[in-house]
Amino acid sequence: MMTQLVFYVFAAVLVLSATMVVCARNPVHSVLFLILAFFNAAGLFLIAGAEFLAMTLVIVYVGAVAVLFLFVVMMLDVNFTRMREGVQRYAPIGGVVGGVLLVELIMAFTHWRVASNIDQIGHIVPSSPARTNTAALGDVLYTHYIFLFQSCALVLLVAMIGAIVLTLRDRPTGRRQNIDRQHDRTAADSLEMLQVPLGVGVAAQGGFLRPHESYDVAAVPGTYGTQAWREREMEEETQTALVVITPATGTKGQDNA
Amino acid sequence: MADFFFHTLLGQLVLIVLETLAVLVPLLLGVAYLTLAERKVMAAMQLRKGPNVNGPFGVLQAFADAIKMLTKETVIPSGANRMLFLFAPFLTFSLAMVAWAVIPTGNGLAIANINVGVLYLLAISSLGVYGILIAGWASNSKYAFLGGLRSAAQMVSYEVSIGLVIVSVLLAVGSLNLNDIVLAQRHVWFCLPMFPMFIVFFISALAETNRAPFDLPEGESELVAGFFVEYSALAFGLFFLGEYANMFLMSGMVSILFLGGWLPPLGIAPFTWIPGPLWLIAKILFCLFVFIWVRATFPRYRYDQLMRLGWKVFLPFSLAWMVLSAGFLMVTGLLPGGAG
Repeated sequence: MMTQLVFYVFAAVLVLSATMVVCARNPVHSVLFLILAFFNAAGLFLIAGAEFLAMTLVIVYVGAVAVLFLFVVMMLDVNFTRMREGVQRYAPIGGVVGGVLLVELIMAFTHWRVASNIDQIGHIVPSSPARTNTAALGDVLYTHYIFLFQSCALVLLVAMIGAIVLTLRDRPTGRRQNIDRQHDRTAADSLEMLQVPLGVGVAAQGGFLRPHESYDVAAVPGTYGTQAWREREMEEETQTALVVITPATGTKGQDNA
Repeated sequence: MADFFFHTLLGQLVLIVLETLAVLVPLLLGVAYLTLAERKVMAAMQLRKGPNVNGPFGVLQAFADAIKMLTKETVIPSGANRMLFLFAPFLTFSLAMVAWAVIPTGNGLAIANINVGVLYLLAISSLGVYGILIAGWASNSKYAFLGGLRSAAQMVSYEVSIGLVIVSVLLAVGSLNLNDIVLAQRHVWFCLPMFPMFIVFFISALAETNRAPFDLPEGESELVAGFFVEYSALAFGLFFLGEYANMFLMSGMVSILFLGGWLPPLGIAPFTWIPGPLWLIAKILFCLFVFIWVRATFPRYRYDQLMRLGWKVFLPFSLAWMVLSAGFLMVTGLLPGGAG
């Protein structure tokens, strides 16, 4: 009695929220209703005794996939009037797709036939109360369907690498932190100590202070120390030099504080 | 009496409510005093006194804060999405509470001793992102939104390494049941053989709860206060409580996965006199002290450093450790379950 009641609550909320995913005007609300739908599906799994599947559904879909959806949708600049124009344009196409799916579903369900050897297929792993369904699933997946499982993993791996290849851009202007290069720096190759006569200023040094190596050259990954870098450096050398004014007495530096 | 609780529907419902209260009331009191403890401990580390005006040693400070929070005005920004704006703090707070249903405080002493306890904890902690994302978006403020996005990216990243660490613990246990995980540590706590994983898990827990040195979502220097800038009064209080309750939860997970849960350090006389729940509480408090200690000690990470640590250091390391420990258990024949 109780189980049936809970089932109907989950099922009703699931159907309602699935409808709201399509009907909600705000895409963020759509995604949130989708999450609600996932939750209720997990609840249905729990009632069916598939606790592992229920938790995995929540972890994978709600905890990871839907977060990314929400990320993207939240950053969209939603224009409601433009969207309403779109509805009139795309409604016929959507209707056709929906109609085709409906007809296909009807055809599939009217010709639904249960396999004759269902009893043998359904009990590859004998169920017992001492056996958790995590263990049962593991047995089926890793003994009877190991190659199919591995192929699924390969497909996912390919998809992952594809996503990385498509989005990875090595922009030459990017200021990437190269920790090794930072560690390799010594005072000798980044500092030049110059004695500037007091009261004269830096006019003799070109009128301004700047680092010995220009940042925009040094920051390009892979160019440090190459021929192009050296040429640029030579060019810089003729124009400017890093000037460090060493105070005549040790206490002078405190004046800045 | 026992008949009423175990054999009638009403009795079972009452029993569940009582069990829930028995967990939540100490938890909420603990949260209230954790805020005080944090201020006191940090003050001691920085040679200050900390709150000392309300009550002896400032013990009433927590209640003073609560009353102040409740009597403030609730402000809802004009462009905010009201429903979601108010929903987010409740979500964050209640998620931090429901996870406690599966935490065992003694052998079999949990509100729900379910077979997939670890997965339940992982699922609940991965939902924590939503409260933050929704709060950031619904506030209709760029600071809140940026804070929310940062926080979500950070939590999703560190969940990966948390998951892998949990997997290597599960390999040694052979069960997803939290009760079994603690019982598997009767001889040696997992923090010894899996010391690197213990550290990785603890640091990931810091990142997962948005604590210093990974408190970039708050980033007051650039984002004012992150995802909860626009919140005030009770709604802000719920976020605050949720964040501290999450610290308790993560400390609880560290204690159960690595510090032997309710088990005493040695199974001999003076240690076994102390009941199990007290051991668990002591371990949780120790972890919380380290949380605070870390906050008082380390400067905040830069965002790219945070991502680098999560994806380029912790992920490969915990993956390698998982494969190594699986191989080790297989070779030595210690793999639980065997060829079932």
